[in-house]
Amino acid sequence: MSPILADVSVLVAQNIAFGILAVGMIIAALKVVTTKNVVHAALYLVLVLAGVAAQYILLASEFVAVTQVLVYIGAIVVLFLFGIMLTEARLGESDNLDNKPMRPYAAAIGVLMLALLTFVLYDEWGSDELLVAGATTAELGQTTEQVSDAIFSAYLVPFEVISVLLLAALIGAIVLARRD
Amino acid sequence: MDLATNMLTKIWILPAVMAGSFVVILLVGKRLPERGRAMIGIVAVALCFVLSLLSAFGWTQRVDSEDAGVVACGSARYQEPIVGGMAEHGDVGAPKSEGGAEADAEAAAARTAPLVVGESAAALPTSVAAEEEGAEEEHHSTPPVMCAWTWFEIGTPGAAVAQESDAHAEGSADGDHAETVSADNQANGLFEFGFLADGLTVMMLITVTFISLLVHIYSLEYLHGDVRHTHYYAFLSLFTSAMLFYVSSSNTLQMLVGWELVGLCSFGLIGHWWEEKDNSDAALKAFLTNRVGDVGLILGVIITFFAAGATSFNVLHLNEYALSDGANQALLLVGALCLFGGVTSKSGQFPLHTWLPDAMAGPTPVSALIHAATMVVAGVYLIARLYAVFFEGLNIQYNSINYVAVIGGITVLGGALLAFVQTDLKKVLAYSTISQLGYMVMALGVGAWTAGVFHLFTHAFFKACLFLGAGSVAHACHHTFEMGKMGGLHKYMKTTYWTFTIATLALIGLFPMAGFWSKDEILAGAAQGQDQSYTLMFVFGVLGAICTAAYMTRAWFLTFRGEYRGHGTPHESPKVMTVPLVLLCAGAVAFGFLNFPFTDTFPFSLMPEGLTLRFEHYVEPTFAFPEEFAHPKFDWRIALLTTVLAVVSMLAAYQFYGPRFGRSPFHGWSKKQPFAFFYKVLVNKYYLDVLYTDIIVRHTKGAVARAAYWVNMHIIDPVVVGAGVVARVAGGFVYKFVDQGAIDRVVNASGTASDESGQLLRRVQTGKVQQYAALFFGGAILFAFFLVLFV
Amino acid sequence: MLLNQFLFLAAALFCIGVYGVMARRNAVMVLMSIELILNAVNINLVAFSTFLRDPSGSVFALFVIAVAAAEVGVGLALVLMLFRNKKSIDIDDVDLLKG
Repeated sequence: MSPILADVSVLVAQNIAFGILAVGMIIAALKVVTTKNVVHAALYLVLVLAGVAAQYILLASEFVAVTQVLVYIGAIVVLFLFGIMLTEARLGESDNLDNKPMRPYAAAIGVLMLALLTFVLYDEWGSDELLVAGATTAELGQTTEQVSDAIFSAYLVPFEVISVLLLAALIGAIVLARRD
Repeated sequence: MDLATNMLTKIWILPAVMAGSFVVILLVGKRLPERGRAMIGIVAVALCFVLSLLSAFGWTQRVDSEDAGVVACGSARYQEPIVGGMAEHGDVGAPKSEGGAEADAEAAAARTAPLVVGESAAALPTSVAAEEEGAEEEHHSTPPVMCAWTWFEIGTPGAAVAQESDAHAEGSADGDHAETVSADNQANGLFEFGFLADGLTVMMLITVTFISLLVHIYSLEYLHGDVRHTHYYAFLSLFTSAMLFYVSSSNTLQMLVGWELVGLCSFGLIGHWWEEKDNSDAALKAFLTNRVGDVGLILGVIITFFAAGATSFNVLHLNEYALSDGANQALLLVGALCLFGGVTSKSGQFPLHTWLPDAMAGPTPVSALIHAATMVVAGVYLIARLYAVFFEGLNIQYNSINYVAVIGGITVLGGALLAFVQTDLKKVLAYSTISQLGYMVMALGVGAWTAGVFHLFTHAFFKACLFLGAGSVAHACHHTFEMGKMGGLHKYMKTTYWTFTIATLALIGLFPMAGFWSKDEILAGAAQGQDQSYTLMFVFGVLGAICTAAYMTRAWFLTFRGEYRGHGTPHESPKVMTVPLVLLCAGAVAFGFLNFPFTDTFPFSLMPEGLTLRFEHYVEPTFAFPEEFAHPKFDWRIALLTTVLAVVSMLAAYQFYGPRFGRSPFHGWSKKQPFAFFYKVLVNKYYLDVLYTDIIVRHTKGAVARAAYWVNMHIIDPVVVGAGVVARVAGGFVYKFVDQGAIDRVVNASGTASDESGQLLRRVQTGKVQQYAALFFGGAILFAFFLVLFV
Repeated sequence: MLLNQFLFLAAALFCIGVYGVMARRNAVMVLMSIELILNAVNINLVAFSTFLRDPSGSVFALFVIAVAAAEVGVGLALVLMLFRNKKSIDIDDVDLLKG
């Protein structure tokens, strides 16, 4: 039985949740790209990733959320930390993390891009409602059952290809990082 | 057809034989003995003489046979005479060729074209009624015999034949004469090589061959042992050939060829002894003076050609045009005057006569042949041949004075006066020749055609006799012609003396010698004239006769009478030289009667009519000749007057130069004023030589040539050099400023530009990934921007 | 909830990630910024998937996660090699392709 999401109070709660999460994510992301501490950057990245997973939950895609946590936070961040360790990054604050001449250009580009994207997004999907009162999760089509059904029927071939790709990446990484 | 008339169509044989003789003498003459090579020439000339007699006989037959029609052979074309009522000859019958089977077939076709006679011998068309105009004068319209071959034709070939057959058909059908130039040849220009035989031609042939024959024989002795014997005889043959060619030509272009050839032979023969500078100078003077006149001649030939419609040079065509109603009189006048320029130089008219006396530097037989009898009359022959052009152009009929007659008259007197002051016997005879040539030209100028031509004929004989006599005299007097070294020769040289005397009387014009008849006919012609009488010419003529008598008496006396002033003993010349003298003298006596006038007055009326005016009867061509043409009637009053005046003048001269001045004939009145002035002028030959040589030639050689050189060096050369300099400077300028300055800079700039731009663009490649990323994202934003805005 | 919210959020993350790629000197930092970008994309995908009631978007997001993992692994191996060779992972030092 799918939980009903149509209640007005639930919608309001979702909005608030979203807002808090969104703010947190943005701040954490900004911190990732501006902090002077490498390890801190990684940890802020964790925050961002977690927030992303929470957003997925809000979007009724629990399988993707779980996968996000498992893979991203569980593996990728660990990889990052390993990398930081193996490349003997200076722990603590370091002044050398930013490419100082590039910062204005990068900021400009970022702002411009944000403006453009915002305009487009507003223009196009200005008032599309995501959830309609009274809709069940099954109607939203993001349940684990439905996702796995999709994977193993329509997207079987890409699934297999992804498997092979992972294998190739694995082997490649090992080969690349060998000490010989 | 009988031989004689056939000879007329083969008249080209005569010049051909003489040309052959020339070639043979040149090729083998050197190896032969003297007599042998002379014999080649003599035999050839004798043959030609016989043939010319034959031709003359043929011509007389033709004239007398009253059905002589047009005879033409080769590709010759001409029509029946269209003068006045002459054209009414009825139908031209079918040409009869002896035994020709094709005659019948030709008959129909040739009915309207009696002219084309193809390969068969020219046949006398029968049943052509020759009209005889009645009244006192007998005009026989005897068409000449013409043989011609067209060697060049402008326009459509064959059109001439077609056109003229049509024209002739129309002409003979209506019976009235065509008003304009005959329609043949209108579309085409015909250049032909042809021979014309008529009375005038035949007379000239006889004259030339006879005198040439006598000169050949005479030269056997006169030039015995000469250093250039072969050369001399070769030139004599060439001259005879050229002269025969000239008189038998059918068109003016050919006559030009003959004219120039005789001029060349004259040059070669005058300068025969060119080791002396005087002789070669004289030869050059003769040739160059003739060249001056030849300019006029060539212009005249061209002008008459174009005046007559630019179709043919044929003399018959030219005469026909001149007599036609639509003839351009002004153009004919100009053409006639230009032709007369040539006559002036060749026939020794004033003022281009200066070469004749100097030409006496040549051997005497040459002087007799060329400068007395034959070559100098080439100009007179030209006028006689193209007489219609002169008659109409100068309007001889209606004027009482015209240029030709005036020049003739001046020449008569001028030459006669100059003969008085000469000490060289041949020079006296030379000036006498000039004077007599003046008579001939004057006669033609006043319209007395027959008189002029007859005088040409008679003059040839007695002048040749005089010259050969002078040669005989010189031969005896150790080759000098100075009369100061002669005298009293009548005792030593009987034959020469008597022939010289008779010839002198003939020249003076005493009855019954030839000169009497011919000269008096000229004077009668001048006195009677055509419409009006040419009184001035008559006066000139009479004065000239007086002078002739006087100076000839002077020369005769100084040479033969008195006492011998030279050294040694003169003796008579051998028979080879005296026999020709006798023959010529006989001619001088007898030939006057060839033109015995026809009158009613006693005692002349005793002469049977058939024997009168024979010369005129046979020689005067009435074909294409002015019809309304008055013939001079013999006037016994004029004859009496001139005879009396001549005798008086002879006596006066005898007194003047006779025994009274026996010791020193050269002093006396010529030193006293006012005669001294005239004497000086005459001795200097009216200062003409001074004018020509010192003034004209020297200034042309000097000042004019220098001026031309100056113009060349200072005006023309700088222009050329300037052009080159300008080109060089322009080239330098272009090189420096345009090529190196502008173009090279552009080329270099393009290279520099690409280099610089490469340097600039290189900086983009920093190798820094983040910058690449920045560029990449920036570009993406730009694209997205445009996409959003415009799509 | 509006669809827009999630899309704005994703755009913001994306742009921050772009900034980080260009402005960070440390290679690992750059990789982290790339992860930000990828996650933004993922949010986009899933949002649309929910909006359109189609699981395809989520499936694709899963695939992106997998690929991101592979990419990080290989990327860090490269960074390691880079560090071994140059004893520094400063990206500005890797400019051998400078022209």
